[in-house]
Amino acid sequence: MSELVALLHGFTIALEPTNLALMVAGIVLGVLIGVLPGLGGANGVAILLPLTFTLEPVSAIILLSCIYWGALFGGAITSILFNIPGEPWSVATTFDGYPMAQQGRAAEALTAAFTSSFIGAFVAILLVTFVSPLVAGFALRFGPAEFFAVMFLAFASFIGFSSGSPFKTMASMMLGFLLAGVGLDTVTGQLRGTFGSTELMRGFHFLVVVIGLFGISEILQSIEEGLAFRGREGRIDLRAVLRTWGEMLRHRAIVLRSALIGCWMGITPAGATPASFMSYGVARRLSHHGAEFGRGRIEGVIAPETAAHAAGTSALLPMLTLGIPGSPTAAVLLGGLIMWGLQPGPMLFVEQKDFVWGLIASMYLGNVVGLAIVLTAVPWFAAILRIPFPIIAAIVLVVCAIGAYTVNNAAFDIVLMLIFGVLGYMMKKLDYPLAPLVLALVLGDRTEQSFRQALLLSEGSFSIFFSNALVSSIMVLGLVLLLWPLFARLRGGERARASA
Amino acid sequence: MPQFAGGGSGIAQRTMEILLASLMAAIAGLAIREGLRLGNGWAFDGPEAGYFLFWIGLLLLVASTVNLLRALARPADGRLFASWPRLLLVAQVLIPAALYGAAIFLVGIYAASAALVLWFMRGLGGFSLRQAVPVAAALVLTAFLLFEVWFLVPLPKGPVEHALGF
Amino acid sequence: MLSTCRRLLAGCTMVLTAGAFAASAVAWQPSKPVQLYVPAGTGGGADQMARAIQGIVAKHNLMSQPIVVQNKGGGAGAEAFLEVKEKKGDAHLLLITLSSLFTTPLATGVPFRWTDITPVKMLALDEFVLWVNSESPWQSVADFVAAAKGQKLRMGGTGSRQEDHIITVALGKAIGTQFTYVPYKGGGEVAVQLVGRHVDTTVNNPIEAVSHWKAGKVRPLCVFDSQPMPYPDAIVDGKAWSDIPTCKSQGLDVEYLMLRGIFMPAGVGDETVRFYVDLLDKVRATPEWKELMAQGAFNQTALDGPEFRAWLEREEERHRKLMAEAGFLAK
Repeated sequence: MSELVALLHGFTIALEPTNLALMVAGIVLGVLIGVLPGLGGANGVAILLPLTFTLEPVSAIILLSCIYWGALFGGAITSILFNIPGEPWSVATTFDGYPMAQQGRAAEALTAAFTSSFIGAFVAILLVTFVSPLVAGFALRFGPAEFFAVMFLAFASFIGFSSGSPFKTMASMMLGFLLAGVGLDTVTGQLRGTFGSTELMRGFHFLVVVIGLFGISEILQSIEEGLAFRGREGRIDLRAVLRTWGEMLRHRAIVLRSALIGCWMGITPAGATPASFMSYGVARRLSHHGAEFGRGRIEGVIAPETAAHAAGTSALLPMLTLGIPGSPTAAVLLGGLIMWGLQPGPMLFVEQKDFVWGLIASMYLGNVVGLAIVLTAVPWFAAILRIPFPIIAAIVLVVCAIGAYTVNNAAFDIVLMLIFGVLGYMMKKLDYPLAPLVLALVLGDRTEQSFRQALLLSEGSFSIFFSNALVSSIMVLGLVLLLWPLFARLRGGERARASA
Repeated sequence: MPQFAGGGSGIAQRTMEILLASLMAAIAGLAIREGLRLGNGWAFDGPEAGYFLFWIGLLLLVASTVNLLRALARPADGRLFASWPRLLLVAQVLIPAALYGAAIFLVGIYAASAALVLWFMRGLGGFSLRQAVPVAAALVLTAFLLFEVWFLVPLPKGPVEHALGF
Repeated sequence: MLSTCRRLLAGCTMVLTAGAFAASAVAWQPSKPVQLYVPAGTGGGADQMARAIQGIVAKHNLMSQPIVVQNKGGGAGAEAFLEVKEKKGDAHLLLITLSSLFTTPLATGVPFRWTDITPVKMLALDEFVLWVNSESPWQSVADFVAAAKGQKLRMGGTGSRQEDHIITVALGKAIGTQFTYVPYKGGGEVAVQLVGRHVDTTVNNPIEAVSHWKAGKVRPLCVFDSQPMPYPDAIVDGKAWSDIPTCKSQGLDVEYLMLRGIFMPAGVGDETVRFYVDLLDKVRATPEWKELMAQGAFNQTALDGPEFRAWLEREEERHRKLMAEAGFLAK
């Protein structure tokens, strides 16, 4: 139990008044930048990194990691209220979170999202505290073939999502893959699909596309239906919080499963985005109400949020122990460590005990403080929906434009965002599902890259995808999930016949 | 969502189906061409740069052709994508938004945003100028302080800001 | 300020007025925040250095205006280069560069050369070290060369047709063999792939691999510089950066260093360039900067003016030659 002693020591560091104050400041700042799409996560941390130069390393990392937790909490707010995910891992949260808000259940959705985030992160921190030496080495086993297998698993657990026309689903997904392919090809260093345009060189950033497809198109649809943002009269008292907790208790199996999926994906380190999609897909598959997902099921908020935050938190583990970032934000934090004169990697736990355990203790405290802050603010967030439509639409448009701009510091991206807004409006009205497009866009690039890297390593032989127990078992699991709907249909058919 | 609402004339659902499917087919065509340019073969050590572009383009072409044929095969049943009055409403948002996008290049994001808020509140919401101006000013000022001053994130600026020394 | 001077000195001779003008010109000062473009994403080596400069300038109050870092990583930096090229005469815009200054235009054919912008100062050069997994039987360059001749070793590196890839091809030529080159997105990822033995060898920068070296997971064989690195403090088992022999001394005639330098748009005044050279000299004198240099075992060569231009000229030619030999030039 040497960890417990070390952790207690960590708490004494994290509880110093300065550090405690930085923690609260970090959370509030984080929620603020999390709400502004484009500034959330990596960008926000990078922007604030130089400010930490004057601080002690442990205070600096506490401030920055609390900004990170805050931004994670904040990302859910825009997803639920305006259908605008600020981060790739918040996309799955919009599927049910936004419908809930439209039905006047914004407070419920927000509470579920915040609480799930907290639980997911908490499970991950326990993991970081007590089993880090055991699992740290796990990430080392992940080469390109294993990465591809995990991506395959993410697709497999999510596919079969829509009930609409299969050809429209296919068109939507292929369009996502094509968009993901534009820009510089990592494997050959060639420019692809840019047709000589400088503006297209940076590719289609997921945020620009999603702000347009989800956020702008929603404004267009709302105005067309003359409804403004629906469900304005959300009940906004703290009792909603308690009621939601009661409901979440009934879904504890989903919470636990999602947390485990998240931790696993964070350590591997495939990251939070595939974790959120995978967890949503699995929750939908295993639920008796699978067909109602996407229309405002609370499980559809709990599953992706828990997994995303478990992954986001446990992604810090490979960063600290191996120096590999499990997420873009972790990559920036990694740069911060180097700037403060610390060398991330296997020796950090040995050489910098104060730093590491101060950070881990601040994870516990930061998440508790964060949950308390955001939960008390739930009524305020929900009340945003009561602002008249013309004002809120204009502000959302401006915030979206700023977000689209800050992703790449490119004004052209604002134009792209508007184009995708129109495209999203048309696709929605013509019953093209948007989820496959976004999934393909977010994961397409890395999937292709790891596939090609693996084949480079094996000199073209597919056997690399079944070359060891780890990669084979993930691939087999993926294949099973892919074929699951077929089994389910057969079984369902039998059951229907039996009951008839 | 009422699909038949409005009753009167508008853009037919079928027309939009055809339009979108054709657009996707055109994108697929571009992707296939680009894939061929980069090489769509399978080298000894895996796919070339254009391999996935080519095949995914081809799949998109197949899917959008099916969607196109289905739309063409469907009789003109009078189903509307949206009626003219409703499209007029959409245009009231979309056209200012497009102008907003263009204005950012000319006068910067701050002035353009202020104008957008004024238009939305005055034109769409029927607020008075006395209500709209403070909202626009507050939004622009908050954004300026937040990004330009505190976070040191420069946003697109125009002649006004340059004259003020930013 | 200038007008007050003139009013006070209304009766002065022409000579004195001219002197006042000259003095005010030397003291060029930025009048608004200075943007620092990074031609890569957040979290990489260039980004870290840019943000370190931003932090140092702010902490030591070296300039009246803040530095604002902006990432423009599209098209392997092409986006940033083209934008700086277009913004002629902008005295409040800096660009931090890496080898992509040469490799990106050559590999992709975008219309850009370093002569389209103004070189300000070379800050440092980044070293490249040949690494193998410490469980591998290769203790020296000789072992490695023997192994590389017998089988096709797998080399992991950052990006394609960029510095790591160029070194790999040059290395293969020097040994008389070929490597299977596998490109990854970032240097940290590459180092971990070596520790996990998914690749056989890498040419990571010191800072990307030092932690794994300390933990005894990887082994340095040689450095691609003309002299050993000047950092004698022991890292692990009494071995220091300075103990790593040069590749050339071990019979592998490959040298490669990566530029970490600052540039500006074309058409800015000499006094402006002088101001930034001065500023960067102050940055280089701070303890934080020295710490950063020691951490990453950088080659601290710093040039400006004509020497820097001559260096750039030579390096561009060398890259053209190396890349032409490797078949990396845009068709």
